[in-house]
Amino acid sequence: MRHVISVLVQDHPRVLNRITGLFARRGFNLESLAVGTTHQPGLSRICLVVSGDDRTLEQVEKQLNRLIEVLKVTDHTEPHVERELCLVKVHVAGLEERLAVKDIQEAFRARVVDVAQKSLILELTGDTQKVNSFIEALRPYGILEVMRTGAVAMSRGDRVLKVREKKEAV
Amino acid sequence: MKGAEALLRALEREGVEVIFGHPGGAIMPTYDALYDSPIRHILVRHEQGGVHAATAYARASGRVGVVMATSGPGALNLVTGLADAMMDSTPVVAITGNVPRALIGTDAFQEADVTGVTMPITKHNYLVQDVNEIPRVVKEAFHIAATGRPGPVLIDIPKDVQLAEFTGSFDVRLDLPGYKPTLKGHPKQIERALDALEKAERPVLMVGGGAQHAHAELLAFAEKTGLPVITTLMGLGAFPGNHPLWLGMPGMHGTVAANRAIHHADVILAIGLRFDDRVTGKVSRFAPHAHTIIHVDIDPAEIGKLVRTHIPIVGDSRLVLKELLKGAKALRLAAWWRELEEWRTRYPLRYKPRPHLQSQEVIRAFHEATGGHAIVTTGVGQHQMFAAQFFPVTRPRSFLTSGGLGTMGVGLPFAIGAKIARPEELVIDFDGDGSFQMTLQELATVVKYKLDVKIVILNNGYLGMVRQWQDLFHAKRYSEVYLADSNPDFARLAEAYGIKGVRVERKEDLMKGVEAVLNADGPVVAEFKVYHEEGVFPMIPAGGAAEDMILEPPEEKEEVGA
Ligand SMILES: Cc1ncc(C[n+]2csc(CCOP(=O)(O)OP(=O)(O)O)c2C)c(N)n1
Ligand SMILES: [Mg+2]
Repeated sequence: MRHVISVLVQDHPRVLNRITGLFARRGFNLESLAVGTTHQPGLSRICLVVSGDDRTLEQVEKQLNRLIEVLKVTDHTEPHVERELCLVKVHVAGLEERLAVKDIQEAFRARVVDVAQKSLILELTGDTQKVNSFIEALRPYGILEVMRTGAVAMSRGDRVLKVREKKEAV
Repeated sequence: MKGAEALLRALEREGVEVIFGHPGGAIMPTYDALYDSPIRHILVRHEQGGVHAATAYARASGRVGVVMATSGPGALNLVTGLADAMMDSTPVVAITGNVPRALIGTDAFQEADVTGVTMPITKHNYLVQDVNEIPRVVKEAFHIAATGRPGPVLIDIPKDVQLAEFTGSFDVRLDLPGYKPTLKGHPKQIERALDALEKAERPVLMVGGGAQHAHAELLAFAEKTGLPVITTLMGLGAFPGNHPLWLGMPGMHGTVAANRAIHHADVILAIGLRFDDRVTGKVSRFAPHAHTIIHVDIDPAEIGKLVRTHIPIVGDSRLVLKELLKGAKALRLAAWWRELEEWRTRYPLRYKPRPHLQSQEVIRAFHEATGGHAIVTTGVGQHQMFAAQFFPVTRPRSFLTSGGLGTMGVGLPFAIGAKIARPEELVIDFDGDGSFQMTLQELATVVKYKLDVKIVILNNGYLGMVRQWQDLFHAKRYSEVYLADSNPDFARLAEAYGIKGVRVERKEDLMKGVEAVLNADGPVVAEFKVYHEEGVFPMIPAGGAAEDMILEPPEEKEEVGA
């Protein structure tokens, strides 16, 4: 099963190393990873897409929580918004192809962000499935490059990923 | 004040009395400051010896062990010991020098990415970039090492940071918003656990290294309930090895009674252990009749990691046992105990007597002569298992061995660390001829600090444990396990260091040898030339289950001289 996990971390040097190292060492399957700063100074947020059975996922969550710099881990099993951004450079030889690609672009509500003589760069935002379909639709025309950010996610509604309150003093 | 001095001040504030270490270029400013410090430094001859000694110091004393090394090769020599401390959840703080900040990342002389290398084998690590951070980092390192599930923490300090002028404060607070170990077990779960135990017909209590500090509560709880107690290799001594409720050690070389008890148990209360494969064998066949497994551990990640758990209790074993004790009742286990008693009397630990001197009898003789009153350390191999079997310790923190990592060579440095932690105790290292040679340079440390440790080498002329596996599982193809043709004369080796050497070759000289070791005023290296083809039994082959237990050597071959 595919799981989307958000992790709030202290943005210390190497914290990303600790996370990827953990996945490599424990043999967890990491499909994508996206990371960025947050509105709170000192905190970064990471979104991981992981596949595995329930037991593996329980371990993923627990092992992440063992890392000192990890403040909060959430497996998005609740209703949530998931997006990734994708840039595709596609080959367009003639007018006919250009029009066909434009149809696809419109159907997916993608944007053209660069136009060159023999190629276009299209930008698409959507969930992973949509991005996959978009790429498949463009494939026959000759894809030159693809860059995807990996999924980012957020719970719907009032639920917020925040630092757990202090449980007990040690 | 320089960073180096601030570092030592911070260590003093943590109550550090001893540092095991070895100097070198990148840590020289700290060694210079150490010259004026009240902290005692133990100069080892290899950094691995230092980290193992610090580990044993921690395990024997319950305090944090500290080791110090220089950059690059010095720090990398700590790797095995850090991994060992990590696997056996031991609080150690390692301090390493690094090249000056400006040179980091340039492949400078003696530069190594030590925080990178040690990331997976430490509980946490730090690269100090700012001299004024030293007090906070030290405070956090000790806090992380000693609390929750203990483990090693490494602090890497570039040389120029050690030399920089310190203008900060020692009055610092921990800044660890992501680190809050759960200490108190959930009352509901504790209630459920007591309930399950009360209804059980064949319950067992298994304890591991995580209960060493909870020995008093454990004893009270076991005596109140009358539960049979099984201690893992790391748990030896957490419950007295001479107590009528004790069934021995489980797992690959555990007792028949312990393994059968687990196999037939309906309820298992496991405290401070992590169901290592040497304990469980094949997990899917482990404890097949247990409808309820209660797992108490301070590390939530251990619960459900390997074995299905019905009642998880996250918390400190001591606090949880205290709570369990409050609701504990005397359980009616007479029928169960009749079965257990039958297995225990029918299958005691035993060995086939031979005309040659045997490891088991050597260890047993030391046990009898000392009344079991010693701190035992071991190498890794057959002798380690024999020590676990035939030297049942009765006190906590008194059986120091490498459990999770199985690190050959820990015996001597563990003995050093234990002796420094508890100088009034008799410390015996039961070592293998192979294991001992991995760290024997620390004999110099024994001499330098006049440490009265008794090193008993059970010399079977082989990497015996590997030989045993080749014997059983590789058609006796003894590939690269023979040592006898090139072993040193251990007694003379000791004498070369100025340490008393003893050699015992014949069965009839055993008692004389034991006395020579125990009566010696000061350290001894005693070589006991033991039967070379002994096997450790009982044995559950790797990946097997309790039912696959081999009780005796498959078939005796003719005996040839050692
Ligand atoms: C550092 C290290 N290398 C290799 C091994 C694998 N190993 C486990 S037991 C053993 C043999 C140990 O020989 P010795 O110390 O003489 O003990 P014996 O089994 O003969 O009692 C070996 C090589 C290990 N545990 N640790
Ligand atoms: Mg040997």
